[in-house]
Amino acid sequence: MSDALEAEKTFYDEFPAEAKVVRSSLLGAFLALTLGAVFGIIQTLHRTGIFRGLISSTDYYTSLTAHGVFLALSFTTFFLVGLFTWAVVRSLDRPLVDIRITWTWYALMAGGMTMTGISVLAGFVDSIDMSADVLFTFYAPLQAHPLFYTGLAVFIVGSWLAGADWFRTWLAWREENPGERIPLQTFMVLTTMIMWYIASSAVAASVLIFLLPWSLGLIESVNPTLTRTLFWFFGHPVVYFWLMPAYLLWYTVLPSIAGGRLFSDPLARVVFVLFLLLSTPVGIHHQYLDPGIAEGFKFISMTNTMFLLLPSLLTAFTVVASVEYGARQRGGTGIFGWLRSLPWRDPAFTGMMLAGLMFAAGGFSGMVNAGMNINYMIHNTIWVPGHFHLTVGTAVALTFMAATYWLWPQITNKPVYSRQIGLFQVVLWFIGMALMSNAMHAQGLLGVPRRTAEPEYSGFDYPVAFGGFEELNVQIAIGGTLLFLSTVLFIGNLVLTMGNPRVSGIAETLRPALSGPDDAPEVLDDLRIWAGIAVTLVVLAYALPLAAIIGDGGLLGPGVGTYPVWIDAAVGAVAEVAVPAAWSLVDALALLGARVLDAATWGVIA
Amino acid sequence: MHVHAYEKIWLVFAILLILLLLGSVTYGAVGPGVAMVADSEDQINANALDEDDRFAEPRVERVGENHYEAYVVAFQFGFQPDPIVVPENSTVTFQVTSRDVIHGFEVVGTNANTMVVPGEVSELTVEVGEPQEYGILCNEYCGAGHHVMEGKLHVVPEEEFEETNEGGESA
Repeated sequence: MSDALEAEKTFYDEFPAEAKVVRSSLLGAFLALTLGAVFGIIQTLHRTGIFRGLISSTDYYTSLTAHGVFLALSFTTFFLVGLFTWAVVRSLDRPLVDIRITWTWYALMAGGMTMTGISVLAGFVDSIDMSADVLFTFYAPLQAHPLFYTGLAVFIVGSWLAGADWFRTWLAWREENPGERIPLQTFMVLTTMIMWYIASSAVAASVLIFLLPWSLGLIESVNPTLTRTLFWFFGHPVVYFWLMPAYLLWYTVLPSIAGGRLFSDPLARVVFVLFLLLSTPVGIHHQYLDPGIAEGFKFISMTNTMFLLLPSLLTAFTVVASVEYGARQRGGTGIFGWLRSLPWRDPAFTGMMLAGLMFAAGGFSGMVNAGMNINYMIHNTIWVPGHFHLTVGTAVALTFMAATYWLWPQITNKPVYSRQIGLFQVVLWFIGMALMSNAMHAQGLLGVPRRTAEPEYSGFDYPVAFGGFEELNVQIAIGGTLLFLSTVLFIGNLVLTMGNPRVSGIAETLRPALSGPDDAPEVLDDLRIWAGIAVTLVVLAYALPLAAIIGDGGLLGPGVGTYPVWIDAAVGAVAEVAVPAAWSLVDALALLGARVLDAATWGVIA
Repeated sequence: MHVHAYEKIWLVFAILLILLLLGSVTYGAVGPGVAMVADSEDQINANALDEDDRFAEPRVERVGENHYEAYVVAFQFGFQPDPIVVPENSTVTFQVTSRDVIHGFEVVGTNANTMVVPGEVSELTVEVGEPQEYGILCNEYCGAGHHVMEGKLHVVPEEEFEETNEGGESA
């Protein structure tokens, strides 16, 4: 009886203060999604040559930087911190230790991203001596405005505090519940955050030791191979940082929506431990074609990468098995007949399933990327964005949008405005991405490069296969347009949902796994051991390559210039830069204040 | 810990797949002999390429019987020499470096592809076949004019190569 009463409470009823944090984080994510989508449609039409009237080809790179920063860094991370806050509080069934700390990290992250965002967007305005057209990988010696790097550093520090917040809450829970297994969702959050601490330490070092001082003129040059390697030290695990929240949803929410239960709690833990161990010592696979890194290091990185397939393949099994169990509980029969018994009209379910399907396709193109010498064929071609629009652009983004249809009512007590539009929206995303991504992969095989405003050249034509270059461009443009429309529908539906009155009786329960945590060996919960092994593997994978890079090129590079993309070449002196830089900091702080106020008001409106 | 029988089968299948993938790459390396761009060359001062024997005058040079080396400089926004002219049915080793930012060097429609990092020299060796004109493009974002950065690789008949290369001059 008490269980039934308990079940009727939503997260909003039980933890109103935390629900507000979750809402603010998700709204931050969706703001970034909106901006990212606007740049996305501009780029799709520009790059394919359908419409080049809106921005110049030089501004294309400003747009591309904004698209990458807002979607890959901001959208994903803000959704993650919202979801993880929900998951920790829900699964521990206790509030956060100190909500002021929570709002502090939120403000840091929002402020940092606002600073970085301003430095990027200023690139569109010629009268402002500021820009950061360095794309979201910011490879030196292309140099962004100092505000770009400062914002990134503040943003990352905010995410570190967020992790500390969840760890503290878990430790408080452990004192109250001695001897209990870590609840699965909290386990997933904590392992993901350990991975994040290890991974982001490298990019933080790169920004704070090299790039920021260099952009301020304190050091003259940097070693491009070193900063690039430190970026990819972070740059591969970051994709798992995006993916783990989606996995958390697939493991702990999707089975319940399907009417079933997770197949195995212990294997879910094994999967997350494997990601913690293997996500980081693989970054060099982004540098297969880099000079200055020995072939042996590349081979080691590749071997680790291939083994990283294992936890994803295990996930495919577990998720499908859990969903099948749900279908059979709902009366499904037959070898494949059970598929008909699933709740396909539910946008949360269908969206996550389609996202999972796309992830399988993305996994296959990823295997090609991971093959060291096969990589020659597609390295830096548009095949690569084709690949990651399946993974982060669909497996992650579509799962986040689909999950929002389920999660938003739980954190607001407001039912979704239209589930039909939601269903249409997730299917539209799937179709749009199928078109766009397929054509991008095909163009990549023709040798068409990524990251370019005008992929057509004056001196040569591309070979023809899988349809010609032009025909594939049309496919990309149609797909990109559908994706934009899908985003508009998602945001519109959400805004209308926010206008709905609060109701009661919409609480959803998450059912525990068929094979519970008690079947899992105790050692799986010993986070110190896994963190220790993870660090050891990273040291093994990176100590020698980093030592070799520093030994060969020095900390500050073997004589490499500086190529700021944020000031006229004529204006080189640091002094002249310091003044606008100081002013932009003032502006950024003002915006930060406004952003925090906004966040607070969202809380009131939502 | 209980692991379902189907899951064990799946696990075995997954590990086999991983080994197969590793095997295919290893075969590519030892069979057809696809070597990776690596740290074979020493670092170089990107600000002083004009003091380097190879890159002061970017060119194609004969270094062995039917083996040629092409010294190529990538810059904002082009490649030198342009075009790169090499004789048909020969072995060509590209040494590519940058005098400014990070670039890419991709011979379109082939697997000749490398990053070009200032301070480093990328070395890759390819076999060229019949006379043909290939496009070369930069596939790493390198600044505002990135999309106009292109070059040419001309694979020409032996005699034509001798003519263009007369006196050690390249085109």
